[in-house]
Amino acid sequence: MATVLVNNKPVEIGSDRLNCIQAADRAGVEIPHYCWHPDLSVVASCRMCLVEVGDKKPDGTVAMQPKLVPGCQTPVKDGTVIISDSPKVKAAQQATLEYLLLNHPLDCPVCDQAGECGLQDYSFEYGRGYSRLQEPKNIKPDKDYIGDQITLFTDRCIMCTRCVRFTREVSGTAELQVSSRGSHEEIDIFPGEPCNNKLAGNVVDLCPVGALCSKDFLYEQRVWWLKSKKSVCPDCSTGCSINVDQNNDTVYRLKPRYNPLAQGSFMCDDGRFGWKYIHAENRLSLPAQKDGDKVVTSDWDQVLNATRTAFQSAGKSSSKKVAAIFSPWMTVEEAYILASWLKSVSPEITLSMTPARVVGEDDTFPKDVHGKSVQPAKFTIRAEKAPNRAGVEAILKHFQGSVIPSGQVLSSSPEALFVVGGDPNPEVNAATASKLGSVKTLAVLDLLDSPLTKKATFVLAGGSFAERDGSFVNHSGLVQAISRSLQGPHEARPDGRILSELAGRGAMFNAAKVRAEIAKAIPDAFGSLGDGKLGEYGIKMGPAVAQPEPTAAAT
Amino acid sequence: MPIENKDVTWVEEPIIGFWEATFLPAIIEGLKTTVKHVTNYQPTTEFFPEEKPTLPLHYRGVHRLNRDDQGRVKCVACMMCATACPANCITIQGAQAPWEDRDKYPSSFEIDELRCIFCGMCEEACPVDAIELTHLYDLTGFTRNEMLFDKEKLLGVFDQTKDTGYDPVRTHRGRLGPASDFEQLPSLSPATSVQSDDRSARSSSSGVIQGRAVMPSSWESVNDKIEKGK
Repeated sequence: MATVLVNNKPVEIGSDRLNCIQAADRAGVEIPHYCWHPDLSVVASCRMCLVEVGDKKPDGTVAMQPKLVPGCQTPVKDGTVIISDSPKVKAAQQATLEYLLLNHPLDCPVCDQAGECGLQDYSFEYGRGYSRLQEPKNIKPDKDYIGDQITLFTDRCIMCTRCVRFTREVSGTAELQVSSRGSHEEIDIFPGEPCNNKLAGNVVDLCPVGALCSKDFLYEQRVWWLKSKKSVCPDCSTGCSINVDQNNDTVYRLKPRYNPLAQGSFMCDDGRFGWKYIHAENRLSLPAQKDGDKVVTSDWDQVLNATRTAFQSAGKSSSKKVAAIFSPWMTVEEAYILASWLKSVSPEITLSMTPARVVGEDDTFPKDVHGKSVQPAKFTIRAEKAPNRAGVEAILKHFQGSVIPSGQVLSSSPEALFVVGGDPNPEVNAATASKLGSVKTLAVLDLLDSPLTKKATFVLAGGSFAERDGSFVNHSGLVQAISRSLQGPHEARPDGRILSELAGRGAMFNAAKVRAEIAKAIPDAFGSLGDGKLGEYGIKMGPAVAQPEPTAAAT
Repeated sequence: MPIENKDVTWVEEPIIGFWEATFLPAIIEGLKTTVKHVTNYQPTTEFFPEEKPTLPLHYRGVHRLNRDDQGRVKCVACMMCATACPANCITIQGAQAPWEDRDKYPSSFEIDELRCIFCGMCEEACPVDAIELTHLYDLTGFTRNEMLFDKEKLLGVFDQTKDTGYDPVRTHRGRLGPASDFEQLPSLSPATSVQSDDRSARSSSSGVIQGRAVMPSSWESVNDKIEKGK
């Protein structure tokens, strides 16, 4: 086994190919760095990660290299000695930070990055604390238009070139470049070629300082007010791991969360800015039991009781004419609760599913100069615009043997129909709604107002992905947890709670417990979920097997 | 937990004598105080509002939002005051500044004066000396909404108080306050210096360091090897 010594602490690295920063991270030692990022190439230009590196000779002596070396560029092997806390290293870190801060404006109060800024954190941890520059600072004009979503505060830039390397290596579109040299260096775009690719938003996350800012989030909130919850982007079947950042029940931004099993470190702009419907005007905020156009009651208890009674009596009298349309936007738990309830009312109730919306084709990155995808793909935006087709299909297959498309149910003229929505851009139009002429009892669980909810007898105001607990299964069968980060508008409730109450399981909906129940009930597809704890990265769907621990890489 | 005996002190009730039992000395003592108030009258009542009180310099009254030298609101909407505020009475909306030389400004700035506890934390937190507490104390209103001071009203307080003498403009510093301005530069050694206790500077032969690294048990002791080499 290869052993590396970090600040006198031995750490086993096995056969992994690591650099000093990663090896130190395994030993629990932070080596500060700006330009290095695990998913980008190494340039070793910021000099922040300078450490003392040496070698243990076969005779036991330790030979240190006389110079400090950049940790990001130095691979480790058996016997490598890394020292990151010596006075020499500390002096180098202080000096590097002082140079980086020479021209950096002290506008932390107005900077959006303040609070999550690499310069602030490292200055506090490793810096000198004050500047000795007596000359005026070199201030470069801001560039307001780097892209539709990106603005550049040129004077804050420390030239780590993470953004430039990202557009060259991951998105492949190479819009960003470094112009001029020395202290005149600036990040810039080519004239008339703005950074508007579908991954452009990631350069804002990559920027360790407040130079590249998202126009969408600019000046909206101070970051220390935001509360983060781990979740999953619902906008395509890639299922990028994300953090939902909210304050006072308002979502302010989504940020990608590192997940080696799902997407890596990044997310696309469709998902990043695709959450606006959460606060849309036409969100359903009240449940309703309707008689024609007249609302009979908007009280949750009464509406839920009436819905339950309606479906139970319809299930007894004409069970073949009762059907449900599931949605690929439901979580696994919600689909399980609804399916098991309806099947317990009557096994003859038909369960079907709205086909997942498909837009265009899978879009892979990096691209070449002509916009064509280059292999191997580093990031894929999938055409299937639904988060959980695989999961809902697995549930339906368990309860019914096969997945019936919703069109078949609609043309079979059902009398009672339970429709679950959840898609913010549904393909339900007035024509589809008019096909429901034969339906006497229509229950709709959705989050946005639609022609369908206008026709419905029972309207159940559900929650968006940010308001629900549960799990989504992505294209490759990875089960990841989403968590409730905020309250819905007014009386809207998370779908899990609505369905749980409807099914007579009580209002206390505990996603992990339901997952454990699913793992027992459907061992073939969900056995691997075990006790329902999905961890940070999620678990692959399948029969119960011992899961290998995913290796944690430094970010 | 029961009280331990060593912690208990027993006190005897004092014995009341004859004169004390008549209460006369106590009554006379009380009447003396009464007579003193009648003969030596020294009122402490202030005749507010006919006579205005002189307040101490550190009095904390109504807030004001200062203007910069061009008459614009000085606040940069960093929301430090709102973060520091223990009463959560400050609501700020930041926006892109309409001026060339500034990045961010408050498009709305609201202080709920009814909620405010006048602790002065906002004043202390402000990096640009934009919010200050004045000596205005007679704060009244007919409705709660009246007591929600918006940006215009707070700037109005500045215009009203800056020339009264009580609340002078305390700073004319650069636009980003203490963080960006040093009056005196600290003296220091050069940015890159070799420390006297640097191991590579001390080492006997180049590239070989002595001692310090502690090896795991599976490794042989480096110190021993170095000693033997000598």
